[in-house]
Amino acid sequence: MKDTAGYITEDGRQIGGTLMEMRNITLRFGGVVAIQDISFDIREGEVRAIIGPNGAGKSSMLNVISGFYTPSEGEVWYQGKKRPPMKPYQVARQGVARTFQNIALFEGMTVLDNVMTGRLTHMKAGIASQALWWGRASREEVENREKVERVIDFLEIQNIRKTPVGRLPYGLKKRVELARALAAEPSLLLLDEPMAGMNVEEKEDMSRFILDVNDEFGTTICLIEHDMGVVMDLSDRVVVMDYGKKIGDGTPDEVRGNEDVIAAYLGVPHD
Amino acid sequence: MLYRTAGQFKTSYTADQALFPVRQDAVLLGIVLLLVWVVFPLTASEFAFQTLLIPILIYALAAMGLNILTGFAGQLSLGTGAFMGVGAYACYKMVTIFPELNPIVAILLSGIFSAGIGVAFGIPSLRIKGFYLAIATLAAQFFLVWLFEKWAWLYNYNASGAIQVPNLDMFGLYVSGPQAESVTEYYIVLAIVTLLTVVCINLTRGNLGRTWKATRDMDIAAELIGINLMKSKLTAFAVSSYVVGVAGALYVFMWKGAAEPNVFDIPLSFQVLFIAIIGGLGSIMGNYLGAILIVGLPVVLGTAADTRIFEMSALAGLLWLAGILAVAFLFWVARNLWGVAAALGFGAAMLLYGYAQTQGFRADSALVEHINTMIVGALIIFFLIIEPHGLNQLWRLIREKLIIWPFPH
Repeated sequence: MKDTAGYITEDGRQIGGTLMEMRNITLRFGGVVAIQDISFDIREGEVRAIIGPNGAGKSSMLNVISGFYTPSEGEVWYQGKKRPPMKPYQVARQGVARTFQNIALFEGMTVLDNVMTGRLTHMKAGIASQALWWGRASREEVENREKVERVIDFLEIQNIRKTPVGRLPYGLKKRVELARALAAEPSLLLLDEPMAGMNVEEKEDMSRFILDVNDEFGTTICLIEHDMGVVMDLSDRVVVMDYGKKIGDGTPDEVRGNEDVIAAYLGVPHD
Repeated sequence: MLYRTAGQFKTSYTADQALFPVRQDAVLLGIVLLLVWVVFPLTASEFAFQTLLIPILIYALAAMGLNILTGFAGQLSLGTGAFMGVGAYACYKMVTIFPELNPIVAILLSGIFSAGIGVAFGIPSLRIKGFYLAIATLAAQFFLVWLFEKWAWLYNYNASGAIQVPNLDMFGLYVSGPQAESVTEYYIVLAIVTLLTVVCINLTRGNLGRTWKATRDMDIAAELIGINLMKSKLTAFAVSSYVVGVAGALYVFMWKGAAEPNVFDIPLSFQVLFIAIIGGLGSIMGNYLGAILIVGLPVVLGTAADTRIFEMSALAGLLWLAGILAVAFLFWVARNLWGVAAALGFGAAMLLYGYAQTQGFRADSALVEHINTMIVGALIIFFLIIEPHGLNQLWRLIREKLIIWPFPH
């Protein structure tokens, strides 16, 4: 599976070359080691999951990928280049979008405006053009609205377009957050526990959307999730973390049989 | 019913994103524009120009500038008065150094100086927020007012220490200073305020506005979706201070005629902040409503106290009656009985006062002033209780109800 040309999944999708590679990442907060010497790669077009018990360092890993934390040691390679230390907004402009474990929407804005913020990095009109609503600014507003409407259609949130986000129930907020991330047309989409706090039906909906996004837009997805059933069904390859270390990496079936993984989740028998 | 939107379909995104997607809003705005551009200038007295029309516009503009920063970008500021001062002093220096300069150009340019100062004092916002930032802007407030006082070059070494607006003319017409006519000043203020309002509306509904609102609502998420927080906050400080600075220049050049440094002290900052809060943070129209309430209402009440209610001209009486009934009706539509009671109660109080007048009751001016302050204070509390998000939100609710009126749901 280390070939650069990628591989073909069980359901027949072609997975491409390496999109992002983490090389020997270590992250320390003072004396606490949150991530210890972890390496893995994310390939174009795949659904990659990071799992692990609470406190394993999964969210820290996602924060390293999205540039919110700078690793203490190790290198992040993205699109074939070593990524220098950069601010989160610069990472976002390179095509990495994400959602958050605790919903981080802009509560004072409508759904439409929230999703439109996903297009911010694609809009280039200057302040004068915006002030007069003339030329580039008004043109961009319509062009990007069309893109946003496609995402809104795709995620089936047309009817709440003009509703302020603060009024929405939890499940819909999660969906709007996904819409905002998708609107950016990311090359890598990071999902931090997309199904946390959802009931079975909502989880099914969300799973369908994740698969559809991957299928229709070919978006590479890296997700963190606690629901094992969901992870095993959705992902092509899984990284398992425990206490900041990588204890497993491979297809869901490989991981499921890994003894370290079983020990981390179920404990070690004493006999 | 009055605001029925049925049958107004949008078939393009351009139409959906139009400034007034609902036809009635456009009609209403047309009426307001007709009033302020034609009817008021033709009918207003000198007193109305100087105590109502001009100051309301200037305060609304200042509040709009503050609202960009505090309401849209979420950066609390207590330095508005000082930034107005920067605009006023910059304008004063420009017209005295370059007497040939067109006064309107000078006023519009003076905002650039306050924008620069605003950005400089906005730098702390990159590290601190909320109350802590408010204290940092308070430093600007104290420092700048001190500077206006101590730096004699700013007021051209006047013995009085105040800036005096000279007579400025444009194409042979005095537009500022003691010889300028009120109506000329009014039109200049109105033109500049209209222009800047359009600019502010466009900026806040476009990409920059979304950047600001995202920064306000959740800065961490904003940064992770690609917003450069430094740029977002500093542009907010720049745009806000520009508008505030222009308001400051208008304040001195088109209204007061002269100003001492202490004019720009913290009470002015607070007054502008109150207007923005009462009007509604994060709105444009709210600033006008807030300015009408806080600047205009005391004047109207004072005038009412001075007139003999039962000897009012028929037109004035009719206007009062229509005003009170309209307010009562709007509250009725919004199902807010407290509002209805307040409006009708106000009318009853006026009648009672008129009756007392016929019985020889005379209120001395000090008493009138006290009662006036009490009424305005009570109204501010009243409005904040029935709608904490400001007059703009109150109007939005009323508008929503008007759409389905006379049905409750």
